[in-house]
Amino acid sequence: MDLRLNRHRRAGLAALATAAALLAAGCSSQGGKKAQEADAGLAAGKADTPRMRIAMITHAAPGDTFWDTVRKGAKAAAAKDNVDLVYSSNPNGADQANLIQNAINQKVDGIAVTLAKPDAMKGAIAKAKKAGIPVVAFNAGLDQWKDMGLLEYFGQDENIAGQAFGKHLNEVGAKHDICVIQEQGHVALEARCAGVKKTFKGKTDILYVNGTDMPSVKSTISAKLKQDSSIDYVVTLGAPFALTAVQSAKDAGDKAKVATFDLNKDLVSAVQSGDVQFAVDQQPYLQGYLSIDSLWLYKNNGNFSGGGEQPVLTGPAFVTKDNVDTIAKFAQKGTR
Amino acid sequence: MTHTATPAAATPPASPAVPPKSRTAERSLARRALARPEIGALVAAVGVYLFFFAVAPTFRQADSFATVLYQASTMGIMALAVSLLMIGGEFDLSAGVAVTSSALAASMLSFQLTTNVWVGVLVALLVSLTVGLINGLLLIKTGLPSFLVSLASFLMLQGANLAITKLLTGNVATDTISDMDGFDQAKSLFASEIAIFGVDVKITVLWWLLFAAIATWVLLRTKFGNWIFAAGGSKESARAVGVPVNLTKIALFMTVGFAAWFVGMHLLFEYNTVQAGEGVGNEFYYIIAAVIGGCLLTGGYGSAIGAVLGAFIFGMVNQGIVYANWNPDWFKFFVGVMLLLATLVNLWVRRQAARR
Repeated sequence: MDLRLNRHRRAGLAALATAAALLAAGCSSQGGKKAQEADAGLAAGKADTPRMRIAMITHAAPGDTFWDTVRKGAKAAAAKDNVDLVYSSNPNGADQANLIQNAINQKVDGIAVTLAKPDAMKGAIAKAKKAGIPVVAFNAGLDQWKDMGLLEYFGQDENIAGQAFGKHLNEVGAKHDICVIQEQGHVALEARCAGVKKTFKGKTDILYVNGTDMPSVKSTISAKLKQDSSIDYVVTLGAPFALTAVQSAKDAGDKAKVATFDLNKDLVSAVQSGDVQFAVDQQPYLQGYLSIDSLWLYKNNGNFSGGGEQPVLTGPAFVTKDNVDTIAKFAQKGTR
Repeated sequence: MTHTATPAAATPPASPAVPPKSRTAERSLARRALARPEIGALVAAVGVYLFFFAVAPTFRQADSFATVLYQASTMGIMALAVSLLMIGGEFDLSAGVAVTSSALAASMLSFQLTTNVWVGVLVALLVSLTVGLINGLLLIKTGLPSFLVSLASFLMLQGANLAITKLLTGNVATDTISDMDGFDQAKSLFASEIAIFGVDVKITVLWWLLFAAIATWVLLRTKFGNWIFAAGGSKESARAVGVPVNLTKIALFMTVGFAAWFVGMHLLFEYNTVQAGEGVGNEFYYIIAAVIGGCLLTGGYGSAIGAVLGAFIFGMVNQGIVYANWNPDWFKFFVGVMLLLATLVNLWVRRQAARR
């Protein structure tokens, strides 16, 4: 028994020593964390206004690159404005409404909320207003924020973005596209594809995939491309899916090109290399940043954008081979 | 370690007014309390409450407590039905999407046929009970484990939710029915708020506690309660002593159907529109709440009060993490840790109780 323990311990120590040696010897001359740290993050000093607390409540599923960028923008504004930021999210409408109630209980000084499920938010937002908390909407709810009597709106209209996308497809001479929806039953995603369908002169097919399972996304797109050789464009609704679609086209030996909604770091490289033709960016960092900054301005100087009448649009911003290089620097830092 | 005895007779709830009878008199009050399935959950609930009370000042407010209770109630109503089913020895993985199905059915029927919303509500009840009935019949006729049967119905319902909604409305969410006849009445029944000591409490909290009382009474004081324990403990022995096992199991699946209908109606009248894709994944939370409350995966053991405590713990963690302003990225991690701790406490408590 004792002997065995000793042997185990010796083996463990040996393994540790080996691992340490490997780590030390295996330094990379490029990339990695060191290169990332060399890129300084965005910082803009710090305001001397009194500390305030703002709740940001989104419909994001955890672990999504897009929403991570929104959060980074919100954090940057919070750091600058001396704001205590409380971020929470839940994709389920009822649970998101509960989080608004939670923020009211906390007596926050402002709420920034996404209205992906506007009807579900109505009751909770009315309560926030009754409690005298200013509320701004961002990212989703372009048609509803005004009726709900919110202060401002930052974001893009998914359907309009879809229409702009469709027009761009006409310009590049596409004939037949598939619009890949990664989450069945998601209103904003459906609106994008509906927008594309509306303005695109060619044929648009909707393809549903299971967004939580990348291998199945890849094989489903591959199968579709093999089954119908007339498809010349794959339209995806999120950066990770565009990169997967590029692989699918390669697997299927198909000449179909890929274009997408939304950006991330890897997608910018893919636009540079020509794997992805173009992307429509709604600038998530800007949405997060402006939502927090605007509430700070409202509290400290009574300012608000759009006069309660017009939204502040953060997109659609097209990213193509012509302008991708300027964006690449920022995307490397994970802020675009 | 399943207790196949009939708990209604073996462990009456401890109440000082009724002197204990026969063999139970030999065991001290503490022993008997320890032998209750929900005692582990009670310890865990008190622990979680004190913890958040200490770290999050906002958590101490009455209105925050009302928010926690509301969060717990919608989950808790489902967890009650699921815990009864689990005591009866079966699973229902379709419980999460069944809630959405029911809400969709009521909303779309009322809207498409322009009827009074109560017509939709009643038809939705029939739909939900039928889903439960089909689950139960499939289980009995095929002899497959309920895990597989309900997994199949979960996927079918998920697909049907989306396909039918898109077919009828052209969108992936229902049209609002808030301006139709009967909406306000239904809202007051399923989704109103009641001021208790100046704090607005959602009516679902009261329904939840009422259902919990009924479920506890059924489990501990009725013949049907004995059947549930017997059917979950050992099917063959139960059949041998004349328990209608099939009938019991079908009734339990239909109870889950009823609960899904009730929660579905609440979501519909609280939030006006229903998204076709929602509800997926909740079935595991219901099961977790039941397990934290002392249900065994093998059946034949558990309690309704335990499921109430399980859902309450969930509500506290869910909102408490936000009140404490922790990074929500860790939420699922905490839930997992909590599940592990709660089940370990349960196991330990049961072992203590088993020792004479």
